[in-house]
Amino acid sequence: MALDKATVARIAALARIKVPEAELDALAGDLSKILTWVEQLDAVDVAGVEPMTAVSHARPPLRDDKVTDGGIRDRILANAPETTNGFFVVPKVVE
Amino acid sequence: MSLIGLTIGQARDRLRRKEFTARELATTYIKAMEAARPLKAYLVETPDRALAAAGQSDARLQKGDGLPLDGIPVAIKDLFCTEGVETTAASKILAGFVPPYESTVTANLWRNGALMLGKANLDEFAMGSATITSARGPTENPWRRRGDNRPLVPGGSSGGSAAAVAARAALAATGTDTGGSIRQPASFCGIVGLKPTYGRCSRWGIVAFASSLDQAGPMTRDVRDAAIMLQAMAGHDPKDATSAPVPVPNFEAAVGQSIKGMRIGIPKEYRLDGMPKEIEALWRRGIEWVKAAGATTVDISLKMTQYALATYYIIAPAEASSNLARYDGVRFGLRVPGETLEAMYENTRGQGFGAEVRRRVLVGTYVLSAGYYDAYYLKAQKVRALIARDFDDAFRGCDAMLTPTAPSAAFAIGEKMDDPIAMYLNDVFTVPVNLAGLPGISVPAGLSADGLPLGLQVIGKAFDEETVLRVAAVLEDAAKFDAVPAFVAGAA
Amino acid sequence: MSNLVKGHTGEWEVVIGLEVHAQVISKAKLFSGAATDFGADPNTQVSTVDAAFPGMLPVLNRFCVEQAVKTGLGLDAQINLQSVFDRKNYFYPDLPAGYQISQFSRPIVGKGKIVLDMPDGTAREVGITRLHLEQDAGKSLHDQHPSKTYVDLNRAGVALMEIVSEPDLRSAEEAGAYLRKLRAILRYLGTCDANMEEGNMRCDCNVSVRKPGGVLGTRCEIKNVNSIRFVMQAIDYEARRQIGVVEDGGKVVQETRLFDSGKGATRSMRTKEESHDYRYFPDPDLLPVTLDPVWLAKLKADLPELPDAKKARFMRDYKLSAYDAGLLVGERESAAYFEAVAKGRDPKLVSNWVTVELFGALNKLGKTIAKSPVSADGLGALIDLIADGTLSGRLAKDVFAEMIASGKAARAIVAEKGLKQVTDTGAIETAIDSVLAKEPDKVADYRGGKEKLLAYFVGQVMKATQGKANPALVNELLKKKLAG
Repeated sequence: MALDKATVARIAALARIKVPEAELDALAGDLSKILTWVEQLDAVDVAGVEPMTAVSHARPPLRDDKVTDGGIRDRILANAPETTNGFFVVPKVVE
Repeated sequence: MSLIGLTIGQARDRLRRKEFTARELATTYIKAMEAARPLKAYLVETPDRALAAAGQSDARLQKGDGLPLDGIPVAIKDLFCTEGVETTAASKILAGFVPPYESTVTANLWRNGALMLGKANLDEFAMGSATITSARGPTENPWRRRGDNRPLVPGGSSGGSAAAVAARAALAATGTDTGGSIRQPASFCGIVGLKPTYGRCSRWGIVAFASSLDQAGPMTRDVRDAAIMLQAMAGHDPKDATSAPVPVPNFEAAVGQSIKGMRIGIPKEYRLDGMPKEIEALWRRGIEWVKAAGATTVDISLKMTQYALATYYIIAPAEASSNLARYDGVRFGLRVPGETLEAMYENTRGQGFGAEVRRRVLVGTYVLSAGYYDAYYLKAQKVRALIARDFDDAFRGCDAMLTPTAPSAAFAIGEKMDDPIAMYLNDVFTVPVNLAGLPGISVPAGLSADGLPLGLQVIGKAFDEETVLRVAAVLEDAAKFDAVPAFVAGAA
Repeated sequence: MSNLVKGHTGEWEVVIGLEVHAQVISKAKLFSGAATDFGADPNTQVSTVDAAFPGMLPVLNRFCVEQAVKTGLGLDAQINLQSVFDRKNYFYPDLPAGYQISQFSRPIVGKGKIVLDMPDGTAREVGITRLHLEQDAGKSLHDQHPSKTYVDLNRAGVALMEIVSEPDLRSAEEAGAYLRKLRAILRYLGTCDANMEEGNMRCDCNVSVRKPGGVLGTRCEIKNVNSIRFVMQAIDYEARRQIGVVEDGGKVVQETRLFDSGKGATRSMRTKEESHDYRYFPDPDLLPVTLDPVWLAKLKADLPELPDAKKARFMRDYKLSAYDAGLLVGERESAAYFEAVAKGRDPKLVSNWVTVELFGALNKLGKTIAKSPVSADGLGALIDLIADGTLSGRLAKDVFAEMIASGKAARAIVAEKGLKQVTDTGAIETAIDSVLAKEPDKVADYRGGKEKLLAYFVGQVMKATQGKANPALVNELLKKKLAG
């Protein structure tokens, strides 16, 4: 699959990664190469095959409904670039 | 007597015989770690912590209450979150991140008495097979080609761990393996690298790359050490829903057991066109070794082998694109300011992620996106099921499989850079094992014409690491690999 | 009663579907062990899993699964023994992982139904498309600072049930009835507090219009309306807005809108980007959910009696009207209260007292039945005093008011105030004589044919006896005396 610059820009926006204009062409080239290469799977007949999502061979137990965590605000906020009054702070979202 | 060059098995015994103390051993390896700085195997050194832990090991050893890994200095791949110690996944986007928690696997090691020398370098977010995508610069392989001074890659993504162990700058290391990231660098650096069954070790606290493929494992000087390390690292973790609720057997007991009567499968599809002759030759030698030890070899077919890389390079980037969405500058790590929230996201991730990570996140985003999900991701999950089925079917006729680990020896830093796909082909023999969730080990088995290590891979049934270790030990005995890299820390 | 809305060009049918997000009652979150309590200080109920730190992993809370399945059973829905959690990927500051763990293609509950109790007494069945479990997001506060948004992750990871109705609703009234019934079911089951004002039940409304019999129109989604009243207002406004657009020759644009309760109007949300591509895929950190059929059967057997069944039983066993029964079963606690009082008493009388007097008093006080100043036993005692003739109905109401205000028992108040009903015919006759003596003209008018004056005389006699005379007796004796 050959990707054009516009598609790469759209995917980059979806992934929230800023790609400088000057790099878009090369990036489109790389991504196109990779996607074309993985398209070899087109040749495989998968009729009647269930997708393999979980690899796990055994079924582990679920969690009990108990409060066992939280109450660690200092640790939760310790690595944050900006906080105030116990909140994380980010540039304002326009809604 | 040099403490460098001991294995865990040897150090463990000699510590108990009080030939030296844990503090002495730690000091030796701390010096080795410093001496190995030209290799850039380590990103962070934690000598004080190592010495403090060594002191506690000594106290226990004095009383005769030694824990299984007391006094053993290990390097920890910087993908494992270590409480209070910077953990970056070799990425700018996690620079300065100090986790307020310890990964389950490393906690298990500390609970067994091991001590941390430092955090080892890796490909950024474990994406790579040469440790050249690290934001902190590449790690050098302690091996050099005969008569050639060019620095070589140690393999990846656990290249720092492999280099540290190979250079004797750590007695052992932890790695993670998603498509071969333990086994391939082990092969390139002439050490043992074991990827256990998916679910054998907990993933809690390990920076996630591809959730259905990632698995932690030991990287050591010999097979016995790998068993000893795995014993400590493994175990069910209720905090990881993919962690298998199965008991941990005595792995070390498997080392040295006979393989008489075992059937070793030789997958014919692994015989690639244009495979380097010396790797084919090594493979044949391996087949002779297991036969000499009383096993039989059987030709088996893993029909879907040729599609494994493509399957992997759809599934792994897809899962990664979602796992890496949390790196957004809000709660930890790098934040590059922006006028709006969206600008902040885009600037942070644009500057925080390196080129390979960016490529994979974008591929992953694409193959999950509307209109492409069925053709790529869903299709790949179905092919994955066929790959797993191949192994299931083949394992009805054999107990383990023998293959080469990598299609080449270590290459020079700077080679294979033109084409991302050239890099991906390094994983051709290792990737199918991750897709099927099976255990696999690489054992150093010989040298290339250039004098570089070449590994052989043993693949086992799910949760049958014992058989894998058993066969690996036989190979190790037969190979008598005693070559030493050009750079050995502490040998200077 | 027609639901059609009159426009310029004729009549229009409004098609409505509701998506309700109901916060699951549980101690801990859906995938982490942090607490779910409302109103805690910011980020004090957040684990490293909720904050999506590197290497963190979700583990499913089995009780949340049980709550979702119970709710599905209460909606008469198909329970899927195998379901899958999917990641819904998008970026927002209160979504720490950059994805929400939800269920997309294989939800835990499939098709079901709800019966609406319409105000005119009719019943209407509305389909449920599905119910699935998902994580709630944290809270973003945009109004604390001119250029910054503050983020609190306490709510991030709390379990939500998303309940999707078929687009079977045809009016704001039906939407209101749907939400009321859903709320009752959730509260009966104890799976959600369903208090929209507190935010533990939120409603998104999908509204479109079409000419009756025509194809479905383009729909708009009105997000996060937080009361039943506002849902009804929003639907009414939006329906009229869309009709206006189409009748003016335009096309309804598919978009997300918000309801401005101050203006009573919907407005478009300013989203500058394309419609979301959520890139759903099964979450590889979680295994598929598998339910044990034996466990499911037991859960079904142990379900409490639900509103519809209880209503039918009340109508059958207590001979109550659909209307009265409906009022009583609105809350599980009211129904229980009623049954306690009705034991061994006249159910119609009890029903009247509960639905009119008690509910009226509680509404005025803003109290729930759980906090009623008058207990079921207390009300029962009052009703006994009416039944045995001690109190007239009128006086009983006064006593009740006093019971509500003071918390005292009926008997005590009657004794204190000497309110015992007068049934002594002699005393009543004396009162009657004195009243009639005072109004000879009116007596003559009555005897002349103005029979309506009887009520007047009854009132006067009641006044003369401070309301204590037994009205039935007064009637009987007055008639006799007036007849001459």
